[in-house]
Amino acid sequence: MARKRYLLFMVQVHLNFRLAELESLADLHGVDVDFSSYSVDSPFMIVTLENDKQASDWIRRSVLTRAIYEYWGEGNTYESLHKSVQAHPEFEQYKSANERKSFKFEFEKFGGNAKQDISTRVTTIESFQYLELKGPIKMKNPDEVFTVIEEYKAISENIGGEVPEKIYFGRLIQLSDRARGALEKYDLKKRPYKGTTSFEAELSLVSANIAQVKPAHIMYDPFVGTGSFLVAGGHYGALVLGSDIDGRMIRGKGQQTIKANFKYYKESIQFLDVMTMDFTHNALRKDFVIDTILCDPPYGIRESIKVLGAKDPERFAGKEDVEINGQKAYLLRDYIPTKKPYSLDSLLDDLLDYASQRLPINGRLAFWMPTANDENVATIIPLHSNLELKYNCVQDFNKWSRRLLVYINRGHEFNGPNNSGLSRTGNFRDRYFSGFN
Amino acid sequence: MKFLTTNFLKCSVKGCDNSNLNFPLRYVRENCQLEQDESIEFNPEFLLRIIDRVDWQAVVSVASDLGNTELPPNKPEFEENLTDEDMVILRDLHTLLIQTNIVEGQMQCKNCEHIYYIKNSIPNLLLPPHLA
Ligand SMILES: C[S@@+](CC[C@H](N)C(=O)[O-])C[C@H]1O[C@@H](n2cnc3c(N)ncnc32)[C@H](O)[C@@H]1O
Ligand SMILES: [Zn+2]
Repeated sequence: MARKRYLLFMVQVHLNFRLAELESLADLHGVDVDFSSYSVDSPFMIVTLENDKQASDWIRRSVLTRAIYEYWGEGNTYESLHKSVQAHPEFEQYKSANERKSFKFEFEKFGGNAKQDISTRVTTIESFQYLELKGPIKMKNPDEVFTVIEEYKAISENIGGEVPEKIYFGRLIQLSDRARGALEKYDLKKRPYKGTTSFEAELSLVSANIAQVKPAHIMYDPFVGTGSFLVAGGHYGALVLGSDIDGRMIRGKGQQTIKANFKYYKESIQFLDVMTMDFTHNALRKDFVIDTILCDPPYGIRESIKVLGAKDPERFAGKEDVEINGQKAYLLRDYIPTKKPYSLDSLLDDLLDYASQRLPINGRLAFWMPTANDENVATIIPLHSNLELKYNCVQDFNKWSRRLLVYINRGHEFNGPNNSGLSRTGNFRDRYFSGFN
Repeated sequence: MKFLTTNFLKCSVKGCDNSNLNFPLRYVRENCQLEQDESIEFNPEFLLRIIDRVDWQAVVSVASDLGNTELPPNKPEFEENLTDEDMVILRDLHTLLIQTNIVEGQMQCKNCEHIYYIKNSIPNLLLPPHLA
């Protein structure tokens, strides 16, 4: 079947994550996309796809794009745009397919600050009369939305251009998750339960997309904290499960709990459970298949890295025999076990190992890892011989950065490089608190 | 904690992994306070996926710990097109697996006999240092 051209309209933010999101969503939906014309500097890309369904499957969940359109034409001026539209090989076919549909026109722009008044818009719409649209104009839920996108070259960082450099025209196929309001819906400011470790909405949703969280599949966050990634996974339809060594985090405060967040978003059905558990003493049965692991392990900054066990075993020798009212103290309901410090490197080794055992083949592990920027040593990324490192997307802050590492479980035959046991992350905590000097 | 989650939890003591008694944990009816959460809607498609992942023997065993001995010994199977009869079974399983919560209670490993608590619906699987 002949492929059709589509115009993808992206956002110019989190550029280190954008292609990873687009590739991951294309792969997830089995959509074959040629990315050879993709450029980080442009919010536009023209692609060919088999049909409209592929286009909407691909972009519906996307956070780093705005929309995808059936491509009708482009030009440097309105005059050349109209020529281009009428010269489109499918023009006659597109025209007759839309002849009787209800419709409206939308205007989008990129990089410009020119505010158009209504009369200019009306004039612009009238200039498209050769489309011979005979259907009724409907501002609410029309069958089709025809969109004019003007691209301006900004004069400076803060001053937008006045005259468009390029104009695109197309029929809207699918608005992205972002354009449908996901960032507002999941804004932390409005979330009932959150804490200092909560992860912002935008990049947690992007993470869930790159991790290929799937509807009705299991997603697990072993360092769940206040549950930000569970919210993101639940939004994309996964059944989410979390655990954390710190019971206070997952318990929440009064009515403000992780469960209450799901109720607030009307997604209670997605939430399975959260449990108090040390990741390194994992209680999930070994043959329970976890489709996706998505998390933000402790960096040792806002929260310490601890595992079960006594830091000073001698002090605890024989404590297992202590009894209170004839009951072993460690079997009482309110017993609080002691914990000892652990290194981030070892914890990440454990995480990769766990993922290699629990994920199905082709299942993804995605987690965030912090790094200092001023070090002259190259950052060492943890590797496991069964896991393919698929993405390493960096988000830069001033003196440090964090990166989303994404791995695909390829099984034993993969035989990739392994660097477990290596000291990689340095002492990020000490360096953070000394201001990276 | 949902009844369903009992199907995922084994004893967290590493030594117990060598025993096949570490899953499922044992629940004692008298120690467990159950609550039905009817606000979670019935979604057959979801439920089918979940049932696919479930260890049925463990469902039967925990249900019987908690006083429900009516479950069939083998995992129910469903065809593409769900019959009315299938729907009845699925609704029952929804009530049991998804809507039944253990709000307070204890779970015990059948191998090492360690006791874990469920408090405010959250299971606690932490271990004392001599078991860690
Ligand atoms: C960066 S925070 C994750 C925050 C989380 N993404 C959120 O939305 O709030 C890391 C979490 O790991 C937990 N943690 C530390 N050591 C752990 C361990 N050994 N097992 C499980 N959780 C652990 C901490 O209690 C903390 O809540
Ligand atoms: Zn045990």
